Parts: sequence; structure tokens; C-alpha cells
Amino acid sequence: MNSPGFFLLGTTHQRAPLAVREKLALDAEASAALQTELATIAGLRELTILNTCNRIEFYGVAESPETLARIEAVFCARQCFPPEEFATFRLSLVGREAIQHLFEVATGLDSQMLGETEIFGQVKAAYATAQTRQSTGPVLNRVFQKTFQAAKYVRTQTAITVGQVSIANVAVDLAQNIFGDLKATRILLLGAGDIGEKTAKAFQSRGAASLTVASRNLERAMGLATTFGASALPFEQREARLAEFDVVVGSTAAPETVVSVAAAAAALRKRPARPLFFIDLALPRDIEAGVADLENAFLYNLDDLAKIAESHRIARLAEVERARAMLKEKSAALWQQVSAPGAPPAPTPAAGKPAVSPA
Amino acid sequence: MLAAFNDRQWLWLSAGFYFAGFLLGTWSLLRRGRPSGVWVYALIAAGYGLQLAGLGLRGRAVGGCPLGNTFELFQFTAWSAISLYLVIGVAFRSSVLGYFTASLAASLTLLSLAIPAWDSGRRLRFFGHNPWIELHAALALFSYGVFALLALTSLMLLLRHFSLKSKNLGGLFSFLPSMVDLDQIGLRLLSTGVVLLAASLIVGANYWLRDPASASIGKLLVTVAVWLAASIALILRLRGRLLAKRFAWTGLFLFAAALLSLWPIDSSRHAVTVPAAPSNPPARP
Repeated sequence: MNSPGFFLLGTTHQRAPLAVREKLALDAEASAALQTELATIAGLRELTILNTCNRIEFYGVAESPETLARIEAVFCARQCFPPEEFATFRLSLVGREAIQHLFEVATGLDSQMLGETEIFGQVKAAYATAQTRQSTGPVLNRVFQKTFQAAKYVRTQTAITVGQVSIANVAVDLAQNIFGDLKATRILLLGAGDIGEKTAKAFQSRGAASLTVASRNLERAMGLATTFGASALPFEQREARLAEFDVVVGSTAAPETVVSVAAAAAALRKRPARPLFFIDLALPRDIEAGVADLENAFLYNLDDLAKIAESHRIARLAEVERARAMLKEKSAALWQQVSAPGAPPAPTPAAGKPAVSPA
Repeated sequence: MLAAFNDRQWLWLSAGFYFAGFLLGTWSLLRRGRPSGVWVYALIAAGYGLQLAGLGLRGRAVGGCPLGNTFELFQFTAWSAISLYLVIGVAFRSSVLGYFTASLAASLTLLSLAIPAWDSGRRLRFFGHNPWIELHAALALFSYGVFALLALTSLMLLLRHFSLKSKNLGGLFSFLPSMVDLDQIGLRLLSTGVVLLAASLIVGANYWLRDPASASIGKLLVTVAVWLAASIALILRLRGRLLAKRFAWTGLFLFAAALLSLWPIDSSRHAVTVPAAPSNPPARP
């Protein structure tokens, strides 16, 4: 055996249902405490904990399979989770396969929402935390640096992250196609329900600073406005003050439309230099369909946004194999480097059994 | 070997680089689904340098700005547009603008090179040793270059508008800048074009008042008409009367008008025409 003991141990959304992941989730404090406890395990040379809502993964360098079994036992004990049950959800990989997995995680290939980029930041944060705790060493440092390079490379060379795949983010993308920078874009949310909230969140996360909420229930409007640091508008003023906004998001449960063609046309006349973008996420629809025919007004309904999101998802799916092949090439090269003579031996999984047995 | 090139050979080489930029952009779009920003920019910059060398040689031969025939007018207009693009392109960060600019520059330069009749005669010192009238012509042509770039951003605005209205946002459309950004850059380009052309007309008028025979009424009318059209478009845009699609169509119309006006302007000049021969680099002492 002449290979370094780079390993991955944990579970992900691919293996464990939400109810299990909830039990295994760690907050920052618990993660720090676990790290301290794991540091006492003999034979564990390096360790990074990647802990997100979809995965809890331990990446490290261990001297033997026993070391991994010890990690698993400590983790299960801390989470009060039966080790034999953990074994059914466990993902355990070593060597090149573990590197390939980390590459795929950082690139978003292993994410629930294929190609999402948030995970890249989470992997970076996990590595930075491990560095702060001084639990990384030569192998993890090299593997993680190469992981970031590989993920960036694949994201640039393939269409794995192209386009948005959630309705709210597609809507924000469209607003950017019209207005560019969203900092100065004024957004009016009609309706204070879940959809409105998700859309508001998406707009805010992409730099939109001016949000106004109008709901038939003023209290709910004010509640949502407070959550997002936005302002509230009496619902009956929505059409008269339409010209003050650039983007109008309709998500009410009103039985009839709440924005008429005449109101939209009047708003456009008051602000001729800027386009007006209507996003209708309501069923039945909030915005009269005729608005789409107005010059300088753009109207997208739920079906339009869903079609765009689906086309992006299909485009991303088509890139998976190409992205995976690129990562395989890179993980093989990296594995050759880190498994050079002199490196610590890998913990070898027993044939036909999971890599690490529960303690 | 390059040192022995005459002006037309430099300009052919330059057109080749612009064309290569167009080909690379097309290939990149078809193969990778997006224009190749950096490489197209590099090819355009290389073409620009070569064009500068070619126009420089021609300028030496004619003893001033090379604006003596249709060939030179087309070359100078393309060069002006590229000059602006090299500045704007960096700030605007639009790979599509680079692709369109390479296409326009390749079209203008290759067309001018492919029609020998446009370069069959040349006016020697047609500015009559007067640097002011030379400045007038250079400013006017530079403003035409600005209109060329305005036409490109207008085309991009029309494509963006079409993509948003038709809900077709993939492929080339996904690399277009936002409508508001395109509208803003269009407004700035139109303002720049109007100011440059106004400055050119003021300089030219000053000369013409002292020597009314120096320019024909036809040339005056055409040049003033182009400036008036651009000024009216600018006023309407600032007053919110010419927006989005109509503003974009106006941008395209203005460039077409500017390009078409080159013929009456060129044919109205009275200077002595001599047969053109490629200008070789100056002999070393």
C-alpha cells in the first residue's frame, strides 16, 4: 500500500432523506466542538468538515480504516444517531474517487439544483474554517486548491452553470436583461405570500435595493416589508403609482387581474425613457395579457418563466457528462501527484463492503 | 518583408485581421455558444495597428489626412469606429459588441479594397495646405465612425428587444447587454456624433464663408442634413419621444445616411485628381 490516506466520509441528499439530514446537521458551534473532539483521534492527520443543508461530509487524511471508523463513531455519538442506521446512508470514498467527488461537489454536479454555484462558496468557506482551526495539511491544501481551480475551469468551459433553473432567479435574470444593474431598479411586489417572498429574496440577493410591497392585506404587506427592509404601499394605490416602479411582480390570490392595460400604458407615458417589466406569478393571472403588446413593456407569466427554467435545466443536464469527463482527467492527475511515494497510506475499504464500518 | 509593404498591402492585412475576428467570433458562437471576447478584441486591435500603418503611409503620400477618395473615406470611417470601440469595448465588456465591430470593420475595409474603382483616382493635397479644412474633414469622418458604432449598439438593442418580446433568450441573445445599458451607450454615442459633426461644420463653415467656391451647395446640404437628422434624433430622444425600438432604428438610419452621404460629398470636391498608385514606404536615406 503506497497511497495517501485521503478520504471522504459522510452523507448527502443523494443518499439520505431530509428527515435524516436534519438529525445529522451541525450548526457552527456544534461543528467546532466536533472538530475539537475529532482532533484527539490518533491517526487523523488532516480534516475539513463540509456541512450544508444537503450534505455533511468529512474530508481528511487518515492512517487507516480504523481511524475513519473512529470518526464515524464520534460523529454518531455526538448526533445521537444509531451507527448501524448511519451505515445505510453513508458515503465513503478514498483516493482518486474521493477527489473526484469533491471536484463534482464544488462544480455543482452533485447538487440538488444541478450546476448551482452557491456550493462553491460553501466548499471555500469549509476549507477556510479548517485552515483557521489549523486542521489542514499538505494533502488537503493541495486537494482543495486544485478543487477550486478545477471547478472554475469546468464552469468556464461548459454550460453547466449557464442560465437559472428556479422561477424566481429566472425572473431576476430577465430584469437584469432589461435594466442591467439592479441597484437603482425599483421593484413593486403585489401580494405578500410565499412566492412574493421568494422573489423578493432573489431580487435582494442580486443587489436590488428598492423594494415595495403592496398586498390586499396591509398588515401582511407591512410584515413582509419589515422582513426585507422594504416599504409598504396601500393596495388601492398600486395602479396610480405604477410609474414609480421598474419591475412589477404579481403574486396575489386575487380572482381577477389587478393591473390593467390602461394603467400600464399610463405609467409608461409618465416614464417614457425606462422600460416596465411585469412578472406575473399569480394564478389566476394578476396582469392583463394585453400589457405585453405595449411598446417598452415586457410581460412574463408563470408558464414563460417555467419554460425558460426548464430549458436551462435541460442545457445543464446535457453538459454533465462532458463536465464529469473533464473532472476525471483532472482528478486522475491530482491523484498521481498526491499519491507519490512518501505519502501516508490510504484507509482501504474491505472488498464488497462499505469503505468504513460503523464502530 | 513587412517594411516593403505598400499602403494597400498593409490595409489588406488589416482587413484580414478584422475578417479573422469575424470568423473567430462566428466559430466561437456556433461551437461554444458564445462570442470569444478577448481573442476577437486582440484581433481587432492588431487590425487597427496595421490599418494605422497603411493609412499612415497613404497620409504621407497625399500630404495630409487620407480622405481623398471613396476608398480612403471608407477606410477612415472604419478606423474611426474601431478607435472608439477599443476604448468603449473595454468599459462596456460586451463580447457581442466586439463581434459586431469586427464584422462591420471587415465589411467596410474589404468592400473598399475589393472595388478598385474607388481608389483609382486620388486628390493630391486637396485640402490646399489648410490644416483647418483638414480638421473639418477628419472630424466629420470621425463622427461617421461614431455613427457606425451607434448603428452596432442600435442593432444590439433591436436584438435584445426582439429576444425579450419573443421570449427567446438563448444563444447569442444571452450575451447581449441589457436594454437600458444599450440605450444609454446609444444616447452617449449619438451626443458625441452630433457634437463632433457640429464642430466639423463650424470649422468648415468658417473656411467656406471666406471662400464660397471651396464647397458645392450639394455637399453643404448633404452634410448639414446628416447633422440635422442626428440633432433632431438627439432632441427627440432627450425629450422622451424617440425610445427603445424607434431610437434603435434611427441609429441604424443615421449611419446609413452618413455612409450614403459620402458619395455626394466625395464627388463634389474640386481638387485635381491624379491616378492612384499604391504608396510605398519612404525610401531610407
